[in-house]
Amino acid sequence: MLRVEGITQLFGGLTALTDVSFSVAPRSITGIIGPNGAGKTTLFNIVTGLYTQTEGKVYLGEKNISFFEPEVLAKLGLVRTFQNVELFGQMSVLENVMVGLHTKSKSGIFSCAFKLPGQIKEEKIVREKAHKWLEFTGLEDLADVEACNLPFGKGRLLEISRAMAVEPQIILMDEPAAGLNSRETAGLAELIHKIQDLGITIVLVEHDMELVMDVCESIVVLNLGKKLAEGTPREIQENKAVIAAYLGED
Amino acid sequence: MDNPSQLVQYVLSGLSNGAIYALIGFGFAIIHNATGILNFAQGEFVMLGGMFTIFILSFFNLPLVPAIVLAIVFSTLVGILFERLAIRPLKNVKPLSLVIITIGASIFIRGAAMLIWGKDTHALPAFSGNAPLYVYGATIMPQHLWIFGITLLIIIANKLFFSYSIIGKAMRACAYNAHAASLVGIDVKIMVLLSFAVSSAIGSMAGIIIAPLTMTSYDVGIMLGIKGFCAVIIGGMSSGLGTVLGGLLLGLLESLGAGYISASYKDAIAFIILLLILFIRPEGLFKQKETQRV
Amino acid sequence: MIKEKRQILIFLLFAIIILLVPLFLKGNYFLNVLVFIGINTLLAVALNLLLGYAGQISLGHAAFFGLGAYVSGILTTRYPVDPWLALVIAALCAAALAFVIGFPILKLKGHYLAMATLGFGIIMYIFFNETVDWTGGPSGLSGIPNLRLGPLTFDNDQNNYYLVWMITLGVMLLSINLSHSRIGRALRAINDSEVAARVMGVNARMLKVQIFTVSALISAIAGSLYAHTMMFISPASFGFNFSVELLTMVIIGGLGSIYGSFLGAAILTMLPEFLRVFRDFDIVIYGLMLILITMFMPTGLIGGLEALVKVIVSKIKGSAAKNA
Repeated sequence: MLRVEGITQLFGGLTALTDVSFSVAPRSITGIIGPNGAGKTTLFNIVTGLYTQTEGKVYLGEKNISFFEPEVLAKLGLVRTFQNVELFGQMSVLENVMVGLHTKSKSGIFSCAFKLPGQIKEEKIVREKAHKWLEFTGLEDLADVEACNLPFGKGRLLEISRAMAVEPQIILMDEPAAGLNSRETAGLAELIHKIQDLGITIVLVEHDMELVMDVCESIVVLNLGKKLAEGTPREIQENKAVIAAYLGED
Repeated sequence: MDNPSQLVQYVLSGLSNGAIYALIGFGFAIIHNATGILNFAQGEFVMLGGMFTIFILSFFNLPLVPAIVLAIVFSTLVGILFERLAIRPLKNVKPLSLVIITIGASIFIRGAAMLIWGKDTHALPAFSGNAPLYVYGATIMPQHLWIFGITLLIIIANKLFFSYSIIGKAMRACAYNAHAASLVGIDVKIMVLLSFAVSSAIGSMAGIIIAPLTMTSYDVGIMLGIKGFCAVIIGGMSSGLGTVLGGLLLGLLESLGAGYISASYKDAIAFIILLLILFIRPEGLFKQKETQRV
Repeated sequence: MIKEKRQILIFLLFAIIILLVPLFLKGNYFLNVLVFIGINTLLAVALNLLLGYAGQISLGHAAFFGLGAYVSGILTTRYPVDPWLALVIAALCAAALAFVIGFPILKLKGHYLAMATLGFGIIMYIFFNETVDWTGGPSGLSGIPNLRLGPLTFDNDQNNYYLVWMITLGVMLLSINLSHSRIGRALRAINDSEVAARVMGVNARMLKVQIFTVSALISAIAGSLYAHTMMFISPASFGFNFSVELLTMVIIGGLGSIYGSFLGAAILTMLPEFLRVFRDFDIVIYGLMLILITMFMPTGLIGGLEALVKVIVSKIKGSAAKNA
């Protein structure tokens, strides 16, 4: 589904990533882990179109998406969530999800301003779909709450609802468990499985090892900008180099 | 006037205006590098320099030098007040709100100046008289020499301050990484305050040295501010050589354009250059491209 | 659904009041002021679309207002163009200009965008002042013909009021529709987090340019109306000070609120009319208003009114519950 080849990223004098390559199988759950500063977020930003890599390619299926902008990637079915939850604070929870449906609708300035019949019909469909995605994460009761007033855990769920509304083929989550308590993390694990059941490929960058080992089928380990290991959770847990890199951190 | 001396005249007035733009640009750069914000009111401090001086001269009947010193002190106080009242309380506002508040504050200062001093233009007496010197057939006023001299002094003082003094180095540290700076014991708040104080001092000085040549009124801040901003953008937001070159380049282009293309569009030249730079090379002409680590 | 019906009702109420006002003010000077409020509301709404929804600041919007006025004025005085056609051409000129400079200028953000739009505004102002052969320079352009519609000539306050307000009401309605639509959400998304908006598939760059173009188009229409009702225009009305005034109108009324734009326009149009002292203090007051409203009442007067209404409603509900 997703293939990363030879990604190198230089920031001025700093080498953040060196020749990183791995692939993600369709409909799988893959985790990207590594100590702080390993380059996980940089890699993430490159894959999701926010940074331009110095060298290397990214493929979505057979398509070379190396220099595609995020808005183009959304149309191709690649979407991400953010570590520092980037909600649309001044809009309601429902409206946030409705923005997620932007690529599933097409009314432009003219038809929206003049409320043409096509736009009215489309608006209704968008609203219904948005409600459906709120139900998916259990947020339907909070539909009219202003997004900036959500407690942190619910905010994360909203980000996921919003991303799901894009109806993606692949969803990349940047530290989705950060700041969640163990109950919320368990709920997140369930949600991730639910997403996989819909046939969607999932890639996680994560620090929470329990969640990663529990949920991921394949794990890529980065350290100091290089790929250290790639394999199943069991293989990674027994990999000496990985253990050394973390120095007992599990 | 024949063509070579006409050219020299244009170059001369262009360079002296450019020196002023460079000084104003320093003000922008110092605050931007210390705080990340653009001081929209920078032009107003330039205006205040000239206006305060005229006011003190006529009201208190002081001789020129003490009047100038006092004017700089007053302008700096306004700068400090501005930082305290309009900038410091705004730690956690949206960037857009910050932009609007700084715009509002600069408008307020301009409006206050209009209320206090009216809409008339005023002339500041030249520092050492009006006896012109003749160089290559062009006329140099003594004031031009003052402008070049004082600008040079400020550039040197600036360089020494930021490179060699503890406070200057501390301010540069804040510019690179405020958090790290605070961890090593630098009081970031004081550094921010200082940046405003230094900027308004330099700005007002610039306003004072140009005032004898170009007259001053409550309104001059906008134009000078934008031109100073243009200089610092060309220079890559540096408080050093880049901005000096930027200012001189701008002054030259403006003067030559006004002389050879059209005098009435003189002001438009600076703005067109500004837009072109912002559109094509916003990091400036004299700075290497840098990738920002997010 | 109930929310939508309520919105329609509020607008109808507003429109009806606006349309009935002249019946009570026949021959009154205030009618003339109301025509200006209409034009200023149109301008404030245009700026609000850009600033309140998309969060992009413009300190040069008077330039589009002026462009509309001058294109209309020049086409109808120096050439025999029909005023309505001139209005359309003026709007298209402004839209074209906005579209072209929109792409490079909207790459900038925050203070840089403010400076760039300020620069643009002043360039246009200098242009209006210096191209004397076309614009008449600082002395202005006079003899601009009125608009006509069949037997009606728009040359008196009453007719002008309806001309201006029909258009303004129309634009207000379209803007309200836009606000509650896919495009409105996309714009507000860009305002809150341009990155997240793009990740969701919003083509932020294109949409910002489009809304900038629409905003310029509306401003130019306002300019054209201004030219044909005033019959005389001069560069002084289209400079930086007026751009600041427009900004203040939008901020006072409330960013993102169409009715707020009306409120802001009404207040800032009426104050200099009825408070002589305001005219002298105007710059200081604009500056102060911008600072105070942004610091203490960021949702503007409309936000304040809404909060007040909420408090009153809950108090009524509270005492009703007590008495139940």
